[in-house]
Amino acid sequence: MPDKKDDVYGDHISNKFNDELLALKKAFLEMGGLVESQVDRAITALVDNDGHMADEVRTTDKKVDQMEIELDEEATLILARRQPTARDLRLVVAVIKMVSDLERVGDEAKKIAKSAIKLSEEGQAPCGYVEVRHIGNHVLSMLRDALDAFARLDSEQALRIMKEDKRVDEEYQVATRSLLTFMMEDTRNISRCMSVMWILRALERVGDHACNIAENVIFMVKGEDVRHTPVEEAEKVVGR
Amino acid sequence: MNTMNPGIAAKADTRGEVVVNEKPEDTVIEEGKTVGKPFAKDPKFKLRNVDVSYGADRAIKNISLDIGRNEVIAFIGPSGCGKSTFLRCLNRMNDSIDICRIKGSLELDDQNIYDPKRDVVELRARVGMVFQKPNPFPKSIYDNVAYGPRIHGLANRKSELDDIVENSLRKAGLWNEAKDRLDATATGMSGGQQQRLCIARAIAVSPEVILMDEPCSALDPIATARVEELIAEMSESYTIVIVTHSMQQAARVSHRTAYFHLGHLVEVNETDKVFTSPEHQLTESYITGRFG
Repeated sequence: MPDKKDDVYGDHISNKFNDELLALKKAFLEMGGLVESQVDRAITALVDNDGHMADEVRTTDKKVDQMEIELDEEATLILARRQPTARDLRLVVAVIKMVSDLERVGDEAKKIAKSAIKLSEEGQAPCGYVEVRHIGNHVLSMLRDALDAFARLDSEQALRIMKEDKRVDEEYQVATRSLLTFMMEDTRNISRCMSVMWILRALERVGDHACNIAENVIFMVKGEDVRHTPVEEAEKVVGR
Repeated sequence: MNTMNPGIAAKADTRGEVVVNEKPEDTVIEEGKTVGKPFAKDPKFKLRNVDVSYGADRAIKNISLDIGRNEVIAFIGPSGCGKSTFLRCLNRMNDSIDICRIKGSLELDDQNIYDPKRDVVELRARVGMVFQKPNPFPKSIYDNVAYGPRIHGLANRKSELDDIVENSLRKAGLWNEAKDRLDATATGMSGGQQQRLCIARAIAVSPEVILMDEPCSALDPIATARVEELIAEMSESYTIVIVTHSMQQAARVSHRTAYFHLGHLVEVNETDKVFTSPEHQLTESYITGRFG
């Protein structure tokens, strides 16, 4: 976190207000960091066949849920106490929305961990893990960049994440097709491949949530809502 | 946020330097230039290149603005920015100040407000005013409201005057509280009631415009809510200009908001825009509490 005075949310007349906004921002980034590591560990647990690690991810999700509640409460209190306007208001509103994205990412990590536990118990030969690792790394870097864009109020980086989402969707399609081939080759693969498909689906959703966060960052910075608009429109907004 | 667990995920603290490619960037004021939408399609007031000085001090610096018909426009800005001075130009309340000089063109319905031949009493009947502090006459509630219609000869009979008083008190949301004590002295009313009485008094002469100079600053939240409700109702038939120090009040009651800064009109925009994403950096700094 940069020095208070250097942060655009840290130069109000009321120091208490500065503290509240900066604490909200910091807490959001902490939650983001935790969620990011949840996804990372869930994938590792799956690929390394590590049931213990997967179980840890499952239990840590409670912490993520708790952080969601605390952040929402803090944001609500700021609204009630300060009636923020302009960029302060946009920060609080965006955080309220992005927190539920992070919580959903946490849920996806939990889903992956549960599948990892199941698959490790079944003890069959791995399939589709290369794709999982590949897409996993891709969406993780999107999530990291989205949080980074939030921390630095960097709308251009946010725009890049929005563009990335399309590539994740394409990779997901390719991976699904390759899993289908596995299933057609040997019907005994079907159950296992279906589990991996759900994992891929969960990762693809993580990419969507990272994209949502990026859209909210653009809203915070530029004051315009770029959700449900084509990327070209968002490009124009960011270029302004 | 001391309830947060600081031990979790230290990554947050290691993220890179702040880029902040945030808008708005402009902190410079160019004299006579206002960002946003200072002009209206159907202006009640057309104000061009208005300059006001008190002796050697320029209080208003080359401001151009339209105020639309049946519009509620809020003037906001730090103390001494000229918003009240500008408001008082609209019904020539500054005439009584000897050292006050006004330049530029100020028109109400395309007619010059400062035409020397203009009847100022008639102008002020059309453009009424409500002040910061409730200032009822030391007379009865009835006489306070009836005062204007009497001197303007708006009623020929007592029954007509009664109607005007009742209607005005109803419009000001005061009838139910005042109907049984119309002969009681107005100064015995509560602050909120006195302010609504002043509004009733202003609308008794059927004005077209009501100027309000911080009408709620001396009122409690309930009385404030009543006055704001009244502003919303009155906006159907009147043009309302309100000067306020309460940002939330401006956000609640007005259609457009004008931000004044050191005698300049920096930004005029739809109120929703001003309070969610203002165009000018100074507006942003002011409404977010970064200077006062």
